[in-house]
Amino acid sequence: MTTILQVEGITKSFGGLQALTKVTFDLPEGQILGLIGPNGAGKTTLFNIINGVYAPDEGRIRLYGKDVTGKKPYTLAKLGLARTHQIVRPLNELTVLENVMVGACFGRENQGLGKAAKIAGEVLEFVGLSAHTDQLASSLNVAQKKRLEMARALASRPYLLLLDEVLAGLNPSEIDGMVQTVLKIRDQGITIVMIEHVMKAVMGVSDRIIVLDYGQQIAEGTPQEIANDERVIEAYLGDPKLAERLMKED
Amino acid sequence: MAVLEVRDVASGYGEVQILWGASLALQENKLTSLVGGNGVGKTTLLRTVMGLNHPWAGSILFQGKDVSNVSAHAKADRGLVLVPEGRQLFTDMTVYENLEMGASNRRARNKVKANLERVFEMFPRLKERTNQKSGTLSGGEQQMLAVARGIMADPIVLMIDELSLGLAPVLVLQLFGSLKQLRELGITILLVEQNVQMALAVSDYGYVLSQGRTEMEGPARELIHNEHVRSAYLGL
Repeated sequence: MTTILQVEGITKSFGGLQALTKVTFDLPEGQILGLIGPNGAGKTTLFNIINGVYAPDEGRIRLYGKDVTGKKPYTLAKLGLARTHQIVRPLNELTVLENVMVGACFGRENQGLGKAAKIAGEVLEFVGLSAHTDQLASSLNVAQKKRLEMARALASRPYLLLLDEVLAGLNPSEIDGMVQTVLKIRDQGITIVMIEHVMKAVMGVSDRIIVLDYGQQIAEGTPQEIANDERVIEAYLGDPKLAERLMKED
Repeated sequence: MAVLEVRDVASGYGEVQILWGASLALQENKLTSLVGGNGVGKTTLLRTVMGLNHPWAGSILFQGKDVSNVSAHAKADRGLVLVPEGRQLFTDMTVYENLEMGASNRRARNKVKANLERVFEMFPRLKERTNQKSGTLSGGEQQMLAVARGIMADPIVLMIDELSLGLAPVLVLQLFGSLKQLRELGITILLVEQNVQMALAVSDYGYVLSQGRTEMEGPARELIHNEHVRSAYLGL
């Protein structure tokens, strides 16, 4: 099995805040990796480092074995790394099609406008937005904007796709639809890392899960292993020993 | 009769719906917790009950009266009080001035002295620091002051959003202990917490919120040992 991404000892602080401490993992090609953890655990910061928005203080990022640490997001896009943002960032003045063309033009294949439009059309069909091709991006609803965000990333023809809370703000039936789309993307051979708070979904869809808490990688394993891991339970539910002390004081 | 009742409330922000049907009932002089993971709608529910967000559907009853469309300040006048997440103190004002601000509603104005005594008895630390700017207090002291400011509002129901957030374990233990004192004063409490273990350990009754719906409820000591609570958090 080919390793697509290697995260080696990534450490990052912002001023006095230690956001990430020695995060390390390998990601095999074709898998879905879930990245979970309480608020402020450092999940999005890790995305920002993998994606080149920030350079790490320590550690290396390798894509297909090649050191890409500190490379800019637009360079990484050409190497086959794409992402979506938790707060969607459509180009509101452009149409849905044009938004997705941007992904194709500045992605791995560096397409010209004609070919980009063709790819964008295919991707919009794939994510279920083809009925909205010529609308302004600003006119889409939240669920559609989330799909647009995904379509723009897909149009860059990535090998590795980072999804930052694509399910947030969706209703239960929209969540089911989006989960199906994520699985379809994986079936095309694209490797996925997803940050997600909708636990049922991320537990259902991920091959492996990594848990961050206060910037530390506290667990890694299958969804089943993670759900039974004592440190994970404590990070999410609180310390049972402290609760026992409180009850004993009665 | 429940002193506060939330019936099948829906709400959200702009076009994003967060609550899809949240219901709960607070029994008088009991400590009730609402627990749930990140982003399930706990704060939105408190904001909607308080009147900072409008309910899109459902109703909110306080002391038997429908208050679904009553503004936040008018609810405070009636004795429904919120201690917001992240404390939201007036950091350039002293401890005493912050406490005075808490007593600005109609109910509380004439009871400043009595409520101050209650507050200082519960949190002697604040009494020592009466004239200190609140922004210079430690995190634990700031959280005490946020709760104390809520008590100054002379609440019938006090809603507290994330009491334990960012605090060291010893302070968490102390603050949760003070909740029991509040209950002894006759205040009905709704506690919203990510720290499920602590919240349920101190509470009489609990609700679990999951994806904008109240999915489980029961006596707190039963919920704390309930496997379904864990699965509601961890998705398995």
